[in-house]
Amino acid sequence: MTDPTCAFFGITLIPVAWLVIGLLGLVRIRSVPWVGRILFPVSALLGLLLGAMALSGLALPAQTLVLPLGLPSLPFHVRLDGLSRFFLMLIGFTSAGISMFSAGYLRPGEGTPPGLMCLQYHVFLASMAVVVLANDAYLFMVAWESMALSSYFLVTTEHRLPEIRRAGFIYLLIAHIGAISILLCFGVLQGGSWRFTFDAMRAAHLTPLWASLAFVLALFGFGAKAGLVPLHVWLPEAHPAAPSPVSALMSGVMLEVAIYGLLRVTFDFLHAQLWWWGLLALGLGLFTALFGVVFAAAQTDMKRLLAYSSIENIGIIFLGVGLTIIFHAFHMALLAAVALAATLYHCLSHAFSKSLLFLSTGSVLHATRERSLGKLGGLIHRMPWVAWLTLIGTLAIAGLPPLSGFVSEWLLLQAFLFTPSLPHSFINMLLPIGAAALALVSALAAYVMVKFYGVIFLGQPREPTLQDAHDCGRPERIGLLWLALGCVLLGLLPVPILALLNSVSRELLGASLGGRLQHWWLLAPIAPERASYSPVLFMLSTVALVTLVTVAVHLLYHGKVRKTEPWGCGFPVVTARMQDTAEGFGQPIRQIFEPFFRMSRTLPSPFDTAPHYRVQVDDHFWYWLYAPVATVIQGVARMTAVIQRGRISVYLLFSFLTLLALLVFVL
Amino acid sequence: MVTPLSSQLIDLCAAVLLLLSFSMLSQRRVLTLVDLFALQGGTLFVSIVVVAWNTHQYQLFYSAALTLVLKVIFLPLILNRLIRRLGAQWETETLLNASATMLIGLLLVIFAFTLAEPISRLASTITRSTLGIALAIVMLSFLMMITRRKAVTQVIGFLAMENGLFFAATSATYGMPMVVELGVALDVLVGMVILGVFFFHIREQFDSLDLHNLESLKED
Repeated sequence: MTDPTCAFFGITLIPVAWLVIGLLGLVRIRSVPWVGRILFPVSALLGLLLGAMALSGLALPAQTLVLPLGLPSLPFHVRLDGLSRFFLMLIGFTSAGISMFSAGYLRPGEGTPPGLMCLQYHVFLASMAVVVLANDAYLFMVAWESMALSSYFLVTTEHRLPEIRRAGFIYLLIAHIGAISILLCFGVLQGGSWRFTFDAMRAAHLTPLWASLAFVLALFGFGAKAGLVPLHVWLPEAHPAAPSPVSALMSGVMLEVAIYGLLRVTFDFLHAQLWWWGLLALGLGLFTALFGVVFAAAQTDMKRLLAYSSIENIGIIFLGVGLTIIFHAFHMALLAAVALAATLYHCLSHAFSKSLLFLSTGSVLHATRERSLGKLGGLIHRMPWVAWLTLIGTLAIAGLPPLSGFVSEWLLLQAFLFTPSLPHSFINMLLPIGAAALALVSALAAYVMVKFYGVIFLGQPREPTLQDAHDCGRPERIGLLWLALGCVLLGLLPVPILALLNSVSRELLGASLGGRLQHWWLLAPIAPERASYSPVLFMLSTVALVTLVTVAVHLLYHGKVRKTEPWGCGFPVVTARMQDTAEGFGQPIRQIFEPFFRMSRTLPSPFDTAPHYRVQVDDHFWYWLYAPVATVIQGVARMTAVIQRGRISVYLLFSFLTLLALLVFVL
Repeated sequence: MVTPLSSQLIDLCAAVLLLLSFSMLSQRRVLTLVDLFALQGGTLFVSIVVVAWNTHQYQLFYSAALTLVLKVIFLPLILNRLIRRLGAQWETETLLNASATMLIGLLLVIFAFTLAEPISRLASTITRSTLGIALAIVMLSFLMMITRRKAVTQVIGFLAMENGLFFAATSATYGMPMVVELGVALDVLVGMVILGVFFFHIREQFDSLDLHNLESLKED
């Protein structure tokens, strides 16, 4: 790995190797042992290798290569620089855990056979890696579309159910709208040279108007893939529909690949950023984050809850991108570097923790066949491995120190706190509100995670069937353990990891945190006297405190665990059904943020002998945005259908008349 | 070495082609239609040979040979066999009656001539006077496709249109590049095979080759 060219070849070979593994899945298409015990672990090793190679080369200069593939006179270009290495590292390390988990997760079932799923999964992985590697618009779009298509097939694994086909359709539709926007964006970016290599786009100089158009198109296109409001509607549909490893891959990796695209276009291709772009991204990100977390609080399906939580995290990442653009536009290099570091860190942190949570819902789903939070509970006794590892994931997502989520959110808040130094009074007034909203979002995210964890794993089992739930198998444990380890390491060692990001930030912004990362145990991005954070110290003191309290309790008190009846509030019978439910726990949020929701509720009458309470929470965007658009399109289609007569001679007549009209026109 | 005789010959061929187009337009017996089509191909062959001989454009001999093999011998043979096997000898009714079709055809010929006039003034080939006729043949064949109901006749119309295009190409520029010509020939052949398969499927499905039956496929 010392030779950089050799490492470059190695990295480009990994997507190929993934494709080969996928094709090998077809050899014995229905054999779970072949696909699960052999292919997926190998693929996990490849992911690990990819991550390690990308990580080791993070500080190397950019390398390019023209592949002898592609169309005649339109060869594929690949390029490896800091940004792409960072995202390859993310793809490699995250997918390693997910692939390992999938090795144990596969079961022979109703839907797509495991061998075929293995092919789709690896095409998905390889295309994500190629998206990051691509150095021309052609290869980028080919990889981008194969990413969308392969993930569509993965989402519709259980394609015999109509609602899953519907979810897949919505996903594909929005993916395509986004892809069109990205295509147009590249069309603008080539800037009249009509060459679609990324090098030509870097060399092109656009007027501010065209550059703004390109940025807005990129924001729309990549935002559609990432789940930016109002293009988020596919996430809560597709994630519950997809098998859990696929949800993990889509939420943990694919959304981040979309962020890669936005960063690439904004900071690499466009030379001068305007401050209002940042404000736009920041505003959309803030709204997305708040929207996502509020909806997550109201969900009762565990995977839908996580999907909304992904929307929230994407919002935070967009917030970071927006802040970076604002600082960069005002030439405040250090602060821009802080914001970018926070953004990238959050990508990494979200990739690990969200994949972990999605995978653990998969384990719960396999153990209990239940997705609704209202029917779970008390699983910590039955599935200790999953429960404890999930706890790490929830803490990381909730942004609690000393885990990974805290570092990025803390960095982002640090960047926010320096906005008063911006030379623009309007932004100065607006941004503190953003900081407050970010704090609110983090707090609500913690609330959501308490709900998620508490309702699934704590308390008493709400259904008798949960008694025979079993813990997950060994490969699944390894996968979960790896991802949890990632969350912990990202939380404990922010300084070395941020130091690795320096090259990325220097490449994109021309500035980095550089010398401010001297002490590995103390994170002080701006200046130590202003703010610093030492995760190791924090963890040590926490551990010391907890140990001290435990020891003290054991010594001073009797030191035994007592099991007694809980206080029954005066009721003679206390059952598991009387625990706080997911609906009950989310109810205050539903009340406070009522304008966000479109709720329909049916309350039972007091005399009902079999009372039923039903509440349905919908998204306003369906009715405000999507339904009108769909109506207009249907209307136009109906008008066009008038000329569809179904008679071949009429169709021939149409083409004949067109021909005659064109000839007359030429004449 | 354009002799008056050869230019007269080419004009004669063009006139025969146009007449054949009109007779195809009005012919209701399908087998006779195939014969007419073969005759059209033959005339096209003769005209191409004459052009090639006079202008020393020897690559035109290849296209002439291609025309002879494909359109005079092979395709009519296949069509004949197909029609006999399918029992589709008769075109029961056209969408428009014969006289109306002929009138529209006349108008199309006039249109084609006005269209071709400025182009043929620019062209320097010996065949430039025939460009209008070539265009007229294309349009008449198109008209035939529109007015007929049976799938077989539509295919013959399609093939005749291709004849017209070929003739237009020879008369305007002494033929298309060989690659294009080969490509077109292959297209016609493949199209014929596919349509042949289609015929059988249509007949199996509806017990008839009348395209009227396909109209019910439209969703309402």
